[in-house]
Amino acid sequence: MNFELTEERQMLQDTLRRYLSDKYTTARRNEILGSEAGMSTEIWTELAELGVIGALFTEDHGGFGGAGFDLAVVFEELGRAGVVEPFLDGALIGGRLLAAAGRSDLVDAVIAGTAQLAFAHGEPGGRYDLDHVTTTATGGTLTGRKAVVMNAEAADHLIVSATNGDAIGLYLVAKGATGLEVQGYPLLAGGRAAEVTLDNTPGEALNLGLDAIQNVTALAIVAQCAEALGAMETATALTKDYLGTRKQFGRPIGTFQALAHRMADMLIEMEQARSAVINAAGHLDSDERDLTLSASKNLMGRVGRLVAEEAIQMHGGIAMTQEYELAHIAKRIVMADHRFGDTDYHLERFIELSTA
Amino acid sequence: MDLSYTPQELAFQDELRTFLRDELPSDIAEKVRMGRDLAKDDMERWHAILNGRGWLAQNWPKAFGGAEWSAVQRHIYDVEAAAANAPRIVPFGLSMLGPVLQKFGSKEQQDHWLPRILDGSDWWCQGYSEPGAGSDLASLKCKAERDGDHYVVNGQKTWTTLGQHANMIFCLVRTDPNVKQQEGISFLLIDMDTPGVEVRPIILLDGCHEVNEVWFTDVRVPVANLVGEENKGWTYAKYLLTHERTGLGGVGASQAALAAVKRLARAENHNGKPLIQNPHFAARVAQVEIDMRAMATSNLRIVSQAAAGGAPGLEASMLKVKGSIIRQEINDLARRAAGPYAMPFASEGVEGANDTIPDPNGAGPAAAKYFNNRKLSIFGGSNEIQRGIIAKVTMGGGR
Repeated sequence: MNFELTEERQMLQDTLRRYLSDKYTTARRNEILGSEAGMSTEIWTELAELGVIGALFTEDHGGFGGAGFDLAVVFEELGRAGVVEPFLDGALIGGRLLAAAGRSDLVDAVIAGTAQLAFAHGEPGGRYDLDHVTTTATGGTLTGRKAVVMNAEAADHLIVSATNGDAIGLYLVAKGATGLEVQGYPLLAGGRAAEVTLDNTPGEALNLGLDAIQNVTALAIVAQCAEALGAMETATALTKDYLGTRKQFGRPIGTFQALAHRMADMLIEMEQARSAVINAAGHLDSDERDLTLSASKNLMGRVGRLVAEEAIQMHGGIAMTQEYELAHIAKRIVMADHRFGDTDYHLERFIELSTA
Repeated sequence: MDLSYTPQELAFQDELRTFLRDELPSDIAEKVRMGRDLAKDDMERWHAILNGRGWLAQNWPKAFGGAEWSAVQRHIYDVEAAAANAPRIVPFGLSMLGPVLQKFGSKEQQDHWLPRILDGSDWWCQGYSEPGAGSDLASLKCKAERDGDHYVVNGQKTWTTLGQHANMIFCLVRTDPNVKQQEGISFLLIDMDTPGVEVRPIILLDGCHEVNEVWFTDVRVPVANLVGEENKGWTYAKYLLTHERTGLGGVGASQAALAAVKRLARAENHNGKPLIQNPHFAARVAQVEIDMRAMATSNLRIVSQAAAGGAPGLEASMLKVKGSIIRQEINDLARRAAGPYAMPFASEGVEGANDTIPDPNGAGPAAAKYFNNRKLSIFGGSNEIQRGIIAKVTMGGGR
């Protein structure tokens, strides 16, 4: 066993952390959040140049990483800085699906940062079930509604799941295609999503099915857990600093045992969270992939809630204000529980898989 | 002991239901139901309707124009009003300042200010917290210096809820810096139109403008606006905080919020079945409902004792802690129930946000509410402060 990052990953982490701590201040993020697009193409391009996207793909597909620990390093740093640019949806999910489909032309553009994607899969009433698809595919056209599709407005291509009556398949739909309607809205924790309706919209079959959806969701869970971990690191660090500097009753509030012990509990749970992310990243290719991912996603949901709520509570009123860094970070942590299955969903799944 | 309502109480409940059905404007109820922001006009309209019926100042004595309801009547209102999606009564004039003026104010102050609270002439806000004085409220620095018939006020208040609507603010100010902290504080009524008062918005993490900073620069306040005695303000403040807290069990609001969670969970699909049938989710709902039922009885029990002359300090702290935990747990369930549709940001009060939520099940801004209500365990004396009070009173030497 070896728990050290490889030299390449360590370099990537250092580069990213340096760039983001210089560039991605609270003020800058609030500016981006207030903009119409809800993201910065400048940040997207510069991060692509630093290798953020390339690290998410294997060498076969033009990248220089693609393993669980590559994803974990990238997304932990993005989460730590509270980056709102949708690398998880716009690059990782769509890009890896296209890579699996052998569409290297598009994958190259994604890695270069010149193309963005969206994965239009979830549907109203589908909740977190991966096999809930009622959108139909007949004669090369798609009809149905997709719910809370991340990055749909900015995407050059949508990858849409649909059923032909026998099986679920994935289809490539170009921006502006006939019958494609995208009703966009901002998200509470930053970024944008949309309700997407398709009405006899032409879609090109990618020859991928439910297993491809499951595989890419596994990658997304690793990325999402790592992103939440990064955000939780920030929340913990902010709280630790605040307890040391904020004075009430003539002394730093961290010297009150009631708060000191809770800070200690947060730190204990953070070690659990770190290990849960390592477990997830390290089991992407194992027989126990799904069991481990469910364990990790459940734990991150629980610890995430604890960290976000305790960080806010121990700060007090200041943490409730939009202009303080923790406000955005706390929202990111809790909202991570609403993607790719929440705490309860993965608890049930863990029970199923561990008793099977 | 008898847990059933008396015939009189049942008749009151009926009367209240009829009133809410006939008089609560449907546009306001719909906003409350969907968790949307209320405009100042919405709150004022509802106050005027209640006042027209004599039911606005529910805890005030009749002599001051109040309804003088019993604890049970107030509980019944709390539950029925929340179930009917009535807005909460804005507490600053009615539950906070009113009782202080009635107990400590001069006859002139009572005659002048109390009717103006009832008819809506004044909208009050609270000037207590300061950037450096939150949990440690007694360390407040905003100072008032005597100059002839006036006090000259300089300093800053913060977390002033709905201060953007207010024309009057009641403030704790330091009038003597040379004595023990608690003994140099006075209670002042300040007209917010006085030169030198500036209100600056604070945007909260759910994007809403609910609280403010209020700055005072050489603000001249007539000495007649001092409540009670100079340097006795801390006593009045403690009295007020007790009044503020008794409402914080929040039984009605919790019951209504839990009913909304159940409605949502019946509509949400989980593996081909309604979410409410999912054992994990159902267990979460049941657990909080069990706690809430006990808390509702605690609330009634404690408030009844207070009405009978008991001291509600310690118990008020207990209600505040338990009530806020239960309410926050329900808000957490609501965001869970909403699933992926918890993520969209929708608030009509916020520029750039969509005003309709795409969720076909009408979850409303469940996540925004979850975040906003983290305040429940922070404001009005944080839960840590309340626990400190409970521990001190029970273990550290009498009450």
